[in-house]
Amino acid sequence: MAKYLLKRIFYLLLTLFIVITVTFFLMKLLPGTPLQNQQKLSPAEQHLILKQYGLTKPIWQQYLTYVVGVFQGNFGTSFQFSDQPVSYLISSRIGPSLLLGTQAMIIGVIPGILVGALGAIKKNTWIDTTATIVSILGISIPSFVLAVLLQYFVGLKLHWFPIADWGGFAYTVLPTLALAASPFADTARFTRTEMVDVLNSDYIELARAKGLSKWGVIYHHALRNSLIPVVTIIGPLAVNIMTGSMVIENIFSIPGIGEQFVKSILTNDYPTIMAVTIVYSVMLMVVLLITDIVYGIIDPRIRLSGKSN
Amino acid sequence: MADEVKLPADSFEPLDKSKHLDSEKIAAPNLTFMQDAWRRLKKNKSAIIAMVILVIFFVLAFGSAFFSPHNPNAVNPQYANLPPKWPGLNINGVNGTLVQAGTRVNAYQAAGAGAGVHYWLGTDYLGRDMLSRILFGTRISLTVAVVATAVDLLIGVTFGLFSGWKGGWIDNFMQRVIEIIMSIPTLVVVVLLILILKPGMMSITLAIAFSSWTTMARLIRAQTLELKEQEYVLAAKTLGESSFKIAFKHLLPNLSSIIIIQTMFTIPSAIFFEAFLSFVGIGISAPQASLGTLLNDGQKNFQFLPYQMWYPAIVLSVIMIAFNIFADGLRDAFDPQTKE
Repeated sequence: MAKYLLKRIFYLLLTLFIVITVTFFLMKLLPGTPLQNQQKLSPAEQHLILKQYGLTKPIWQQYLTYVVGVFQGNFGTSFQFSDQPVSYLISSRIGPSLLLGTQAMIIGVIPGILVGALGAIKKNTWIDTTATIVSILGISIPSFVLAVLLQYFVGLKLHWFPIADWGGFAYTVLPTLALAASPFADTARFTRTEMVDVLNSDYIELARAKGLSKWGVIYHHALRNSLIPVVTIIGPLAVNIMTGSMVIENIFSIPGIGEQFVKSILTNDYPTIMAVTIVYSVMLMVVLLITDIVYGIIDPRIRLSGKSN
Repeated sequence: MADEVKLPADSFEPLDKSKHLDSEKIAAPNLTFMQDAWRRLKKNKSAIIAMVILVIFFVLAFGSAFFSPHNPNAVNPQYANLPPKWPGLNINGVNGTLVQAGTRVNAYQAAGAGAGVHYWLGTDYLGRDMLSRILFGTRISLTVAVVATAVDLLIGVTFGLFSGWKGGWIDNFMQRVIEIIMSIPTLVVVVLLILILKPGMMSITLAIAFSSWTTMARLIRAQTLELKEQEYVLAAKTLGESSFKIAFKHLLPNLSSIIIIQTMFTIPSAIFFEAFLSFVGIGISAPQASLGTLLNDGQKNFQFLPYQMWYPAIVLSVIMIAFNIFADGLRDAFDPQTKE
């Protein structure tokens, strides 16, 4: 286990290093400087500003400074907001994003499991059909379309929740729902497929033959065994939520990193784009690592490579 | 040898072949792989309906290049923001009236439009015909998605086949590369690529293709690993067939069901990415339109002119739903052993 973990962490760091390197050199290929009104500045002033950003040094030196900085939590200075360290920009904005992401994950996955399981138990009845239709809708309708629909009907017409902005819990409801639709649908579909498979297996037959109650069999034997593979889709779901958050945060004007990312792209704020890229990659890699480890723990049949005997 | 019996040919009477010889034969007609899949697909009603809807959308979107009701880019400020009006119908919503400040007004009269002027889906803030723009936008969205999927297919299949066929350290290395790419969120890769390639239809297509081939490559590799142990591959190798020929003649046909299924799932995700990027503002740029940019335009003033957002939203959702249902149907048709 320890060997496996070390190997995984080594790969994680290697990937992180490659991500940093690739984004750094990609950004260097792009035109654009932190100078805001270049025509009005004298060459000496321009040089001073560039020096302040460390852009007068040779590329390899800038690269080394950047890599060392990233591992110390220093992502440079934002081009868009002068004198704002990018790390501050991100740390002040990561809260709302994490809150929304976690809420959406919970709101999506738990009902998803229940609906999927119900669909499998009541296979080929109207309950199953409804569940299937709902999950196809959830998978197909893009989160931003859903977000705008929620904004219009629930926010504007019914006045149940605020349309946009960021305040208390009420402000998180609509964006969370919009983000949760795709994880909900994915989980429901996946759980249903697994559960149908498990319900057809011999040990379920045996449990029934022993005379266990119907729901006892379902809870103790079927549901528990179908849930194990569901852990594997948490990684892809996290990606969905991250992707969704960029546009959802924009639609609902939420001060999160997704919104910041889009803003930075539109204003060519390269240090921030790089930092958000790295933060997203780290979050995804950590989620993938954790789900792999959890999967190994809850399903003893899965041997993590590197484990002896 | 001595007594050879000589029988005249006319003493024999041919039996009716079809009646007697095969009387005990039990066999279904020989079906090719495609015919077999089609036979199973036909039984799936929802998949067939989805297919018909997709065909209609494709025909309308691409046909509109020749017979669009209006020019999708023709600006007509006089008729800006007109609601939908269907000739001869007087139902609120399609009779050219709008609720403004609590009262229903006839927007066509207010704009000074004659009785003959009617826009089926209304006009946008520049007076461009919404129907034409939606058809135009659908065409661009579908083009981007289909081309991106084709490039994705080419990269993914080549990479997967090569990796699986070679095995050993090459395979190991190529798999690490995929793992690294997969641990970066796709959207971030797309955004970085678009920044480098400058926003536009071409770069968005390439960006989507370059960032989404990994799933295809993984599936193809896994299947190739299995297939290359098969006896017919061994036979081909023994006969001295080159690897290239084995890949094309033996492996690819056996991979075709995976390729078709995966392609059908890639197209809707490409449509999604294109719409997403255009919606955020880094995709297709004006005067071109895609479903994403139309949605974005519509969302800006949907409090007052909701119809400008409804129609692109409906078209995008229907296309996505149809693709997903059709892809599900194809998966069941091509791969009857899958669960469910």
